[in-house]
Amino acid sequence: MLHIVNKSPLERPSLDTVLQAGADGAILLIEDGVYAATRGNAVEDRLKKAMGTLKVYALGPDLDARGVADRLTEGVTVVGYDGFVDLVAEYKTNQSWL
Amino acid sequence: MAAIELNGKTYETDEEGYLVNLADWDEDVAAVLAEQENVQMSNNHWEVVNFLREYYNEFQIAPAVRVLTKAIGKKLGPEKGNSQYLYELFPYGPAKQACKIAGLPKPTGCI
Amino acid sequence: MTTKKFMIVNRKAPYGTVYALESLEVVLIGAAFEQDVSLAFMDDGVYQLKKGHQTKGIGMKAFEKTYGALEDYDVTKLYVDQESMAARGLTPEDLCVPVEMMPRADLGKLMEDQDVVLSF
Repeated sequence: MLHIVNKSPLERPSLDTVLQAGADGAILLIEDGVYAATRGNAVEDRLKKAMGTLKVYALGPDLDARGVADRLTEGVTVVGYDGFVDLVAEYKTNQSWL
Repeated sequence: MAAIELNGKTYETDEEGYLVNLADWDEDVAAVLAEQENVQMSNNHWEVVNFLREYYNEFQIAPAVRVLTKAIGKKLGPEKGNSQYLYELFPYGPAKQACKIAGLPKPTGCI
Repeated sequence: MTTKKFMIVNRKAPYGTVYALESLEVVLIGAAFEQDVSLAFMDDGVYQLKKGHQTKGIGMKAFEKTYGALEDYDVTKLYVDQESMAARGLTPEDLCVPVEMMPRADLGKLMEDQDVVLSF
């Protein structure tokens, strides 16, 4: 399934909960959630480890707005709003970790 | 919502007469806004209005009077960077009136 | 008018919530009344100063540029929390304005020293 995370990993435990739940499928990082996909963030290693079983996407306009598009963690795929819609359509269910 | 109709164009304004869309601004609508404020635009007035637009462009805010005075003094010289000069040009408050004519939002901290 | 020591403590990332923008408004208002204002950036608040905000895609005003006007408002005391920067892989060179980076314990002492602390 698709997990949508919109909170910064250092502000809320949402992303860690997703990772600990051993989810497979995909994580889409949006809004403040995109900070998880930046190099040097404290969750970088945990996110990389999860990439074995999970695809990780981050929303481009949210990366741009925060000035962090140039420090994207390797292995993360950037999508636009159209890609967001495609992902929601692709997975049977999705969970927004609001 | 109020509006100014001019040369076949509509310029939306808020309840206090400030332009709603910064990008709508041109010198023609500035002249109308000045008229509404009973300000006779001279080169000195335009200098301040253009300064404010440049300031907004750079910092995304309309400066408070004290800051405006100081910044104008730095750029245009001390004889213009004082509140007496600016209040002579814009008697009802340089920040408030000049910002309105410049098509900017009401300055932050303006009461 | 009595001058008080104000510290504004910023702990939220920009754009995801309205706190950062509201805080900046308060700073500008406080400084317009000639108060002694300093800013502290901790936790995700350090992200407010990250260089290069391009907000066209999310349709919000990029207020990064406004931090550059703080000097005109005589707000020159900007402190960032060293531990928060490290946890986010940031250095002062990544930020849009000059700051003083200090250990969290020192920042805590500085907070103790204020007349008024405003939290965002």
